[in-house]
Amino acid sequence: MDKFDTEMRLAFQAKSCNEALARMTVAAFLTPLNPTLEELADTKTAVSEAVTNAIIHGYGEADGTVEVWCGRRGKEVFFSVKDTGAGIPDIGLAMEPMYTTKPEMERSGMGFSFMEAFTDELSVESAVGEGTVVKMKKVIG
Amino acid sequence: MKAAEYELRGDILVIHLKADLDHHTAVAVRESADSLLARSHAKHILFDFTGVEFMDSSGIGVIMGRYRQVIFQGGRVGVMGVGSNVDRIFKVSGLYKIVEQYESAEEAFTRPAKECFAGSNDIK
Repeated sequence: MDKFDTEMRLAFQAKSCNEALARMTVAAFLTPLNPTLEELADTKTAVSEAVTNAIIHGYGEADGTVEVWCGRRGKEVFFSVKDTGAGIPDIGLAMEPMYTTKPEMERSGMGFSFMEAFTDELSVESAVGEGTVVKMKKVIG
Repeated sequence: MKAAEYELRGDILVIHLKADLDHHTAVAVRESADSLLARSHAKHILFDFTGVEFMDSSGIGVIMGRYRQVIFQGGRVGVMGVGSNVDRIFKVSGLYKIVEQYESAEEAFTRPAKECFAGSNDIK
């Protein structure tokens, strides 16, 4: 079941300037499936949210690496965003709409809501002090 | 690439966004906008999204943050030039409940606030 038509892995420094790189790369990975503009926008948004979370909440001021993985199987695209940063103490709470631990940074608390809204499947694995992996699936077409 | 260009039109601060509005650009836009708000007599803020193809929840934070800044002085926040991708984010987030949509900078805030909010409820 874990066989993919093709896979891609991107690792980059946890800096905000790389957020655009991450979502553009995933968008490019999708291109052979001829996604609609909407499907492309959905995926870019979901990736951007997960990567931003990894940078802001996973690492904060600390240096670190964010890893984006993508796999295609037919029309299904699987992607994950991984950090080895702080981890999430209460995933259920973190996923509540409008909940944010960083209101002073004007975080809207909509990140996970958008990931849920714009993908077909979402799961989050996290351990405090070890990091977080957000896994998503999007069916194209 | 600059995140945005800023223009004062009477009591309106127009923020012409020039790049995707994500966490990276949001920080720059927030700092510049707040500095201009403090130094000018701008009452309202108009975000010009013309040519902007991407916004994520960081953009919502920027807009809501500026809304909180101006609302207590009777100011309002508007948007113009919103493309389909950004429009979806606005709709999903419910941002149109507090943000007014305009066709142009000339038209911005010419409608009474009450009327424009009644209108915004019609946006599906």
